[in-house]
Amino acid sequence: MGMQPQGTETAARAAQIVEALRGVEGPLLPILHGLQEEFGHVPAEALPVVAEALNLSRAEVHGVVTFYHDFRREPGGRHVLKLCRAEACQSMGAEAIARQVQEALGIGFHETAADGSVTLEPVYCLGLCACAPSAMLDGEPIGRLDAATVAEIAAEVRR
Amino acid sequence: MRPTLYIPADSGALALGAARVARAFETELLRRGLDVKVVRNGSRGLYFLEPMVEVETAAGRFAYGPVRAGDVASLLDAGLLDGGKHPLFLGETEKIPFLARQTRLTFARCGVIDPLSLDDYRAHDGLKGLEKAVAMAPADIVQTVTESGLRGRGGAGFPTGIKWKTVHDAAADRKYIVCNADEGDSATFADRMIMEGDPFVLIEGMAIAAIATGAQKGFVYIRSEYPHAVATMREAIRIATNAGVLGPSVLGSPHGFDIEVRVGAGAYVCGEETSLLNSLEGKRGVVRAKPPLPALEGLFGKPTVVNNVISLASVPIVLDRGAAFYKDFGMGRSRGTIPIQIAGNVRRGGLFEAAFGLTLGEIVEDVAGGTASGRPVKAVQVGGPLGAYFPPSLFTTPFDYEAFAQKDGLIGHAGITVFDDSADMLALAKFAFSFCAIESCGKCTPCRVGSVRGAEVLEKVATGVAREDNLALVAELCETMKFGSLCALGGFTPYPVMSAITHFPQDFAPRPRAQAAE
Repeated sequence: MGMQPQGTETAARAAQIVEALRGVEGPLLPILHGLQEEFGHVPAEALPVVAEALNLSRAEVHGVVTFYHDFRREPGGRHVLKLCRAEACQSMGAEAIARQVQEALGIGFHETAADGSVTLEPVYCLGLCACAPSAMLDGEPIGRLDAATVAEIAAEVRR
Repeated sequence: MRPTLYIPADSGALALGAARVARAFETELLRRGLDVKVVRNGSRGLYFLEPMVEVETAAGRFAYGPVRAGDVASLLDAGLLDGGKHPLFLGETEKIPFLARQTRLTFARCGVIDPLSLDDYRAHDGLKGLEKAVAMAPADIVQTVTESGLRGRGGAGFPTGIKWKTVHDAAADRKYIVCNADEGDSATFADRMIMEGDPFVLIEGMAIAAIATGAQKGFVYIRSEYPHAVATMREAIRIATNAGVLGPSVLGSPHGFDIEVRVGAGAYVCGEETSLLNSLEGKRGVVRAKPPLPALEGLFGKPTVVNNVISLASVPIVLDRGAAFYKDFGMGRSRGTIPIQIAGNVRRGGLFEAAFGLTLGEIVEDVAGGTASGRPVKAVQVGGPLGAYFPPSLFTTPFDYEAFAQKDGLIGHAGITVFDDSADMLALAKFAFSFCAIESCGKCTPCRVGSVRGAEVLEKVATGVAREDNLALVAELCETMKFGSLCALGGFTPYPVMSAITHFPQDFAPRPRAQAAE
């Protein structure tokens, strides 16, 4: 985790990311992804920097950030668990798994554990529908979730 | 012959432990001092057998699965490298019934080759379509695609050749090919499999589209839920560019074409083509009203082809083998093959590419082998979250765009989710509304407000409040959403809702108090 950088430092690092990507066609989403990769979320201090560089209003940038489910406005946990809640996973008991996961992690959807270990997010399809129910932990897919894999995930994120 | 070992790196295989299997093989091969070529291939789509490891020997290519890391030592003891017998031995891969019954045109190479070897791609008929295309007049390419009968595999089923013709005929200084790889529908994974297992076929299809329409730039818009597909596509594009398949001179021709991968940000609605274009432009992924058609005023206001991954990946074989070859498969106005994705509660889940015309019953009972739970099939949702729920009484419906429309359903992206008799159709209908509410872009009222109200009204039905009146209200609301929404999200949400009400009325009947109070 480390210390949060000062506002000005955040803005300076954001400016570097913006500068590297502003030349591509339709740069805003690549920039926002770049910011989230750097900071773990899209910091508020970065938005004026983005708006200024792309000649957009802050409101426009804010509108884009808030439209997409992926962009977090606060830091997430050290791990991010995306749990699929769509139909194919439901047909294999995803609702029961969702209850078990929330219990095992002690948090609900869209929440981060108090110790900062993990953020739980709902997702509607991971393309793992023939190995349902499924999840993704830090970008790595997990299929055929059951009580044992849920326990493994809980242990993994607390390690 | 030095044996080749194939261990899939497809996301679905990884989800079932393929990475651990690969590590176990690495350790064990080293320990035994065995000289083996290891290829991390895509998936054949037999997910009920994944991780499925294959070995290519002088006698042929054999499969073993599902393999777990703990099986690796015993597999090698049993002589896996020579195709030796083992409880997990599946015989020759191509003879596994689930695979042998398929007609693999678009997925001919998927799971067979090294996804990132251009040599392997060429050795398996890759680039033949593009080689023909560079020697053809653009209008003739468009004509070939039109004659093949290929229709958009993303769900709308619009003839691909007609779309290309519009872009071809439009005069502009810049044109775009946009590949819609925002595969958000539950039960679908065909796009992901192609991008992870045979990325060059998509690149080839896009290059052919570019030459046919005069486009200079292509984008592959991939959803962020597919990080492995993003990585594979980016690497494949880099390799193709270095090899001159892309770049200023495609295969040495005067045509220049570049491709860039863009990553979505978790908005389902961006699978709708106009909101995808807005997202590429860096805007909120809000739906645009049509007209203007994207073919005339698309990305950055320029003529743009927006095609699904499978549509574009089916183009190379059309060019290579000819329109008549492709058109020969299928039925009615649904020509060629369709990769059916069998998902949910099934014994044999996976990708099954076949000519149009199989009945839903054949797919569910025969190919998929019924439910994984062993309980009776209750409902099958065809076409993703916006598709209708079909009861077994409609299992005679053939897989064909028009036949499904006649039964108030749709094929969509050809994903099917099977539910056993524990499914609660009222809960699923309510989920359809809730999903629409979460994912609505907010532009049009029927979708934005209707989805929220729909979920509320169905909650009343569930708790037994003015049941008849509220069901009538849902039907009326669905009419409004169907005809008043700007795009398929609001417009098609009525399909799952109304099909659930129509075909499973018992689930909407008054419930015992104890259950209703849950």
